[in-house]
Amino acid sequence: MNRIQGTLPNALLIVLAFFMILPLLMSATNSFMSDGELGENYDSRDAEQQTEEVKKGFNSMKLIPDSFTLKQYYQVLIAKHKFLRMFWNSVFIVLPIVAGQVIISSMAAFAFAKLRFRGRDTLFFIYIVLMLMPFQVTLVPNYLTLDRLGLIDSYLSLVFPGVFSAFGVFLLRQFMMFIPNECIEAAKVDGCSLVHIFFKIILPMSKGGIASLAILSFIDNWNMVEQPLIFLKDANKYPLSIYLSRVNGGELGIAFAAGIIYMLPMLFMFLYGENYLVEGISHSAIKR
Amino acid sequence: MAGERKRGEIAAVLLFLGPSTLGILIFYIVPFIWMIFYSFFDSPINGKFAGFGNYVELINSGAYRQAVVNTITFTGISVPLIIVLSLILSLLLNERMHFRQELRTSFIVPLVVPVASVILFFELLFDTRGIINGMLSIVDIAPVDWMNSSWAMAVVIIIYIWKNIGYNIVLFLAGLQGIPKEYYEAASLDGAGKVAMFTHITLIYLMPTIFFTIIISIINSFKVFREVYLLAGDYPYQGIYMLQHYMNNMFRRLNYHKLVTAAILMAVFIYIMIFVLFRIQKRINNAIGE
Repeated sequence: MNRIQGTLPNALLIVLAFFMILPLLMSATNSFMSDGELGENYDSRDAEQQTEEVKKGFNSMKLIPDSFTLKQYYQVLIAKHKFLRMFWNSVFIVLPIVAGQVIISSMAAFAFAKLRFRGRDTLFFIYIVLMLMPFQVTLVPNYLTLDRLGLIDSYLSLVFPGVFSAFGVFLLRQFMMFIPNECIEAAKVDGCSLVHIFFKIILPMSKGGIASLAILSFIDNWNMVEQPLIFLKDANKYPLSIYLSRVNGGELGIAFAAGIIYMLPMLFMFLYGENYLVEGISHSAIKR
Repeated sequence: MAGERKRGEIAAVLLFLGPSTLGILIFYIVPFIWMIFYSFFDSPINGKFAGFGNYVELINSGAYRQAVVNTITFTGISVPLIIVLSLILSLLLNERMHFRQELRTSFIVPLVVPVASVILFFELLFDTRGIINGMLSIVDIAPVDWMNSSWAMAVVIIIYIWKNIGYNIVLFLAGLQGIPKEYYEAASLDGAGKVAMFTHITLIYLMPTIFFTIIISIINSFKVFREVYLLAGDYPYQGIYMLQHYMNNMFRRLNYHKLVTAAILMAVFIYIMIFVLFRIQKRINNAIGE
């Protein structure tokens, strides 16, 4: 009896899990299809140009290619320069944000977690409120300052608001709260300066938290859509996320391949750091 | 000696906290305070005090209302749905079963996949001549124009749940792990059934986590613009015209008054919401003695 009780939810979960990864699976296998094969499967996409007869048909979903080809990847990586340029745009936007965020946040988190000063709790409360504010609120003050500083349409307009993120400070503080105060007191008695303590004790003991923050920040910013739409005027500077939404029906094959290359860095990072990601999300819970 | 040490601490606070707080002040707080003043004046040059005039004008604007109603509708439907679904899935995943690790991974994966990478799949799925309509045609159901009818909201909700459910599952699984096993053992000795254990132990001790997850889900639901934009562009079907679409339009027209006023109204709304939710969470924490 108990066996059957356990098997049914198990089977249900396996089916659901399949649907969860279906978008990835299908995008991946379709990226190895030739233009001809994709055209056959999805010929009804540009319905206006089709004859009545074809119009009756529907797109069919096909998981396994008839013939395997790397031509789409050749197109994306070698023949068309636009894709690669957009890819590097994304890299140039995201790397400085992640690096800056980790440095600035770990310093501030140390102050919030381990130093005592007047107004600390009030200031930290402001950080939490800011962290919970959606883009619809924060993009406007960001824009006003960026405009005043003349940074609109430069990558710095995306980098600065990203670097000074309240979330990074909050998350790392959560991790640093677990470092015993005795470690710090002992080091102080030995005559260590706070700078020394930060580099020799706090940072090494927060490695897990820093990895978590780096991964979460990478994911979030690699997926960036709202900020570039508003802060960048020159479409050539757009990151890949926006470019991918604008590929038209004639370039289906390229779009699949480009989408896969775009998600690969994230997937590798996930495979390598799934536990850090899970740790990071678990620590983001505000329990008090 | 003590005074010197004190001075050292203050210097350390400035050194470590300074860069972050300065950045937050410059890019968030100072412009926001300026916005509050600005929202009460009718033009930046003449600077005539307008009271709540800008707010009244904003609330009377049809596009803004539409965006607010759509955003609230979306949040109101999708958040309870994702909470219930993720809670059920987490309870199942918390039991011993085959492929547990792999199953958890497949629910988290959508979290790391950039939406832009798989948006084509969803387009092909929900196209008028798409895969779902193709399947419906087999059982003789007429094709539905998913993205240009009231179904569009359902599509957006599906994509939101697909994308975000992993986050909630991670939070819930961590919360479930945090409930001491002894509680269940004691209850089972007292002859409590599975349902009683769920309502009297699991649900109660999971409450703080549930509340935090609700807050995060609401916050994440405001980010759904990303998916809608990638799927339907600047001008989607009016049923899924979200607040962020409205803000983008105001940015394009450089209508600062509407932008500033809308941002402040939303900030006030979010602040009140989290204030109330955190209060309730605190009460629950006190009640269960944590």
